[in-house]
Amino acid sequence: MRLINLKPGRPFAVFLMLLPFALVFLAYAIGSDIRLSANPQDKLLPAPSKVWETMVRLVSEGDRRTGRILFWHDTWASLKRLGLGIAISASVGLVAGLLIGLLPLVRSFLAQFVAVLSMIPPLALLPILFIVFGLGELSKVVLIVVGTLPFLIRDLSQRVIELPDELLVKAQTLGASSWVIAIRVALPQIMPRLIQSVRLSLGPAWLFLIAAEAIASDLGLGYRIFLVRRYLAMDVIFTYVIWITILAFLIDWSLRAASRKFYPWAQEGL
Amino acid sequence: MSFVTVTDVFQSYGARPIIERVNVTVDEGEFISIVGASGCGKSTFLRLLLAQEIPTRGSVSIAGAPPATEPGLDRGVVFQRYSVFPHMTVRDNIVAGESLRRGWGRFFGAGAKAARARADDTLARCGLDHVADQYPATLSGGMQQRLAIGQALAARPRVLLLDEPFGALDPGTRLSMHDFLTELRAETSMTVFMVTHDLHEAFKLGDRVLVFDKPRWDPHDPNAYGATITYDFDARNGGIPFQSLKENTHVLQAN
Repeated sequence: MRLINLKPGRPFAVFLMLLPFALVFLAYAIGSDIRLSANPQDKLLPAPSKVWETMVRLVSEGDRRTGRILFWHDTWASLKRLGLGIAISASVGLVAGLLIGLLPLVRSFLAQFVAVLSMIPPLALLPILFIVFGLGELSKVVLIVVGTLPFLIRDLSQRVIELPDELLVKAQTLGASSWVIAIRVALPQIMPRLIQSVRLSLGPAWLFLIAAEAIASDLGLGYRIFLVRRYLAMDVIFTYVIWITILAFLIDWSLRAASRKFYPWAQEGL
Repeated sequence: MSFVTVTDVFQSYGARPIIERVNVTVDEGEFISIVGASGCGKSTFLRLLLAQEIPTRGSVSIAGAPPATEPGLDRGVVFQRYSVFPHMTVRDNIVAGESLRRGWGRFFGAGAKAARARADDTLARCGLDHVADQYPATLSGGMQQRLAIGQALAARPRVLLLDEPFGALDPGTRLSMHDFLTELRAETSMTVFMVTHDLHEAFKLGDRVLVFDKPRWDPHDPNAYGATITYDFDARNGGIPFQSLKENTHVLQAN
């Protein structure tokens, strides 16, 4: 039988899915064991049991000075920045994408401008943002917006342009105005694409968030990671990295679920 | 008084002429089939009728109105593909035929209920009432085209334009679509233009068959000249003329 026709059964597929996770964990455990047996004081690869203990401590015990559980405060601060940035990006991107995609006048006016803007490396703007908006929340949110908005605008306007011409003509023959075509024909059809683009933007958004937090912050997941780096606290770093991964995965998964639930007609590629 | 008047229409894309010197008049209620080889400007002619394109010379006038500059309510259209809104259910697609002209593109309250009831009537006539709550992607090609025709008719256009509407359908479905279209015509007596590749279909459904072809042909530069209407057949009585004692035909008359 050809390899391309060899399909795993359900239990075997689940096993295969879990296998790489188990292998990575195993490799880490072995490596950690080798290093710790040579030097029990080794900080580079703490034992899995120690990482687990740190995890439990981080999520349950309060800070000695303030009594706050910093882990959850960090999470909340980061998610707030991320959510705000992405929400602003998505809504501005949606409106701009519709305008550029539907109106040739706006396309001539803005499309090339956005294309040029999107070439600016956002992190290079970070100092400017810190100078202009200060070191508070605003500059971090603005960095996420600056980093994700040009891509969203370009992607969404392209999706609107790709809508079949037939549909727009059909809507016109049914008497639809430009406004009605925008809200009743174009908007619902690019909503699933918006969710898809936001899913793609979440990676860069996390990157910008952690970068901004690493440089200037007093709370947040990225801030904590870069803070404990000074003490080589690998167990804390691991906990935070795993937590960020889980958060990113959950956000991605829920966006996909939302897209499937609200836009069942857009089956392909979701 | 003719209903659709096409006067001396030329259309070129850049330097390339597509159609030239097209003159035709059509009475209200006539079914016009348009045939011709590929690339002979059939679809361009339909787009001109639709006012999706503006002719470089000449004018297209419907019901004595000044030439339109963009597609509007007086022209209904069904394309070969992408004719229904994929994000609306089958019922909503029919409702859209009436509601898109409104300020927010939808009905509210009692209006919405009445529109849904009217849509259900239309769906029953199209034989689609059992799939009213499904999305078009789940329908077969023939059902999608029935839906597209029903949607176009819900807007009550003056002229219905069909661009190879049955081109992608299998022969059996095509025959039942012919019956469906014939029934609808008997009810509404609408003016219809249909572009098709199927000569049999053209003569079966049409009152007249317009043939597009290039009267002048430069073998060294096939794109040098555009196409025009080279034949204007009377397709009534199966396309066979002189079947009645007193012949009432536009054929053999000067334009």
